[in-house]
Amino acid sequence: MHALHLFIFTRRPRPSSSHVFCWKSDVSSSYGSTLRYKNVERMKPIGKHSLLGASGEISDFQEILRYLDELILYDNMWDDGNSLGPKEVHNYLTRVMYNRRNKFNPLWNSLVLGGVKNGQKYLGTVSMIGVNFEDNHVATGFGNHLARPILRQEWHENLSFEDGVRLLEKCMRVLLYRDRSAINKLQIAKITEEGMTISQPYSLKTYWEFSAFENPTQGAVGSW
Amino acid sequence: MFRNQYDTDVTTWSPAGRLFQVEYAMEAVKQGSAAIGLRSKTHIILGCVNKANSELSSHQKKIFKVDDHIGVAIAGLTADGRVLSRYMRNECINYSFTYESPLPVGRLVVQLADKAQVCTQRSWKRPNGVGLLVAGLDESGAHLYYNCPSGNYFEYQAFAIGSRSQAAKTYLERRFENFADSSRDDLVKDALMAIRETLQGETLKSSTCTVAVVGAGEPFHILDQETVQQMIDAFEIVGEQEGSAAAAGQEAAQPGAAVADQGGSTDEGVAPMDI
Repeated sequence: MHALHLFIFTRRPRPSSSHVFCWKSDVSSSYGSTLRYKNVERMKPIGKHSLLGASGEISDFQEILRYLDELILYDNMWDDGNSLGPKEVHNYLTRVMYNRRNKFNPLWNSLVLGGVKNGQKYLGTVSMIGVNFEDNHVATGFGNHLARPILRQEWHENLSFEDGVRLLEKCMRVLLYRDRSAINKLQIAKITEEGMTISQPYSLKTYWEFSAFENPTQGAVGSW
Repeated sequence: MFRNQYDTDVTTWSPAGRLFQVEYAMEAVKQGSAAIGLRSKTHIILGCVNKANSELSSHQKKIFKVDDHIGVAIAGLTADGRVLSRYMRNECINYSFTYESPLPVGRLVVQLADKAQVCTQRSWKRPNGVGLLVAGLDESGAHLYYNCPSGNYFEYQAFAIGSRSQAAKTYLERRFENFADSSRDDLVKDALMAIRETLQGETLKSSTCTVAVVGAGEPFHILDQETVQQMIDAFEIVGEQEGSAAAAGQEAAQPGAAVADQGGSTDEGVAPMDI
């Protein structure tokens, strides 16, 4: 079940200087090479402060959501004004993924975890073998190869939310054209200190009449 | 408090609804040498009176670092205190490892209290004979808690436990309203003054007390003897006059502990394991 994600930090250039996150993922889930499900939400809010996005095996993602549900529940049961922020959740997930990898029974997912707590922004990723790190922009799967180079060029500290969305859409369009398991139906999530919203699925405008698309094998010797 | 037929077992209630063994455990805290704690919005200071078995021996360790952001001062059975400190350190380390974040003090204190409660409801266990002053800094600010052998815990602006702690408490009660906005150094001064109150006329020297600090940007650490002596000298804290005046008022308030108080400065009246 491949899927792609892009997640970046942006900041609103207004006096409030609240940190805003911009996340995008498409809503497809494949069954082998069949694009079977076309309305799967792969981004979920965790607790008050974080958002989790996943690619890979959807059933394992659902299992992870159950673990996190329990984690957040126990955190809330303390009822003491403390709460687990994105950093804590990210590290918890790292422990879980790494431990499963050590038992040769991995959760087959690439996870992205981000959020804002007390004005501190956080964006991190964990792979199925427990490799984890933080960065200003992260992606899973093909996103790492196709989108991150674009982000490395064009991301900067003072991106506004609107510019961030445009940047992500640019990346998603590339992925749409080039990854055969992507579909043109995606969601965007916005995270601020106040809370988070996940949009309804929508599509990007695409253009398929490029001359290179029309005759892709023109220059390739021996192909038809 | 005197012996009665309901005090043999920790799991036996008295007709008045008391658990005597638990209350006796709290007495053990009162026998230990004093420990005090106070806090502002950004710093917490712990202090204790040093007690040595004899002139030849070193003094008992009563203040323990639990993590960079948490420390504890104990009064009562130091062995019990040591074991609980090890538990606290373990909990902090495990939390840090899993979440890469410091354990919120309030949660550690609740865990400690729940652990203490277990000992009040098992016939094969006994309550811990140690009171803990837990000082810690977390996201929600500076905290000072007192954990009781009964399994209760309370949050304080300032507190004192152990023998002759009433003198320190009186001093702290007079001054606590200023603590929230005190500077770090003023807080240490207040801590030293409070410790001096418990010394009952003995001179306050850096060899007779230990002071530890934790605060915003300052991990928990015990101040070294030199620094403490400098602060004592700087504040010109003299033991004699004020100490004896406080002692007169304080003796009346603690009739039951009078025997222990006298045993405090020499060691004849105190059992070897009780510090």
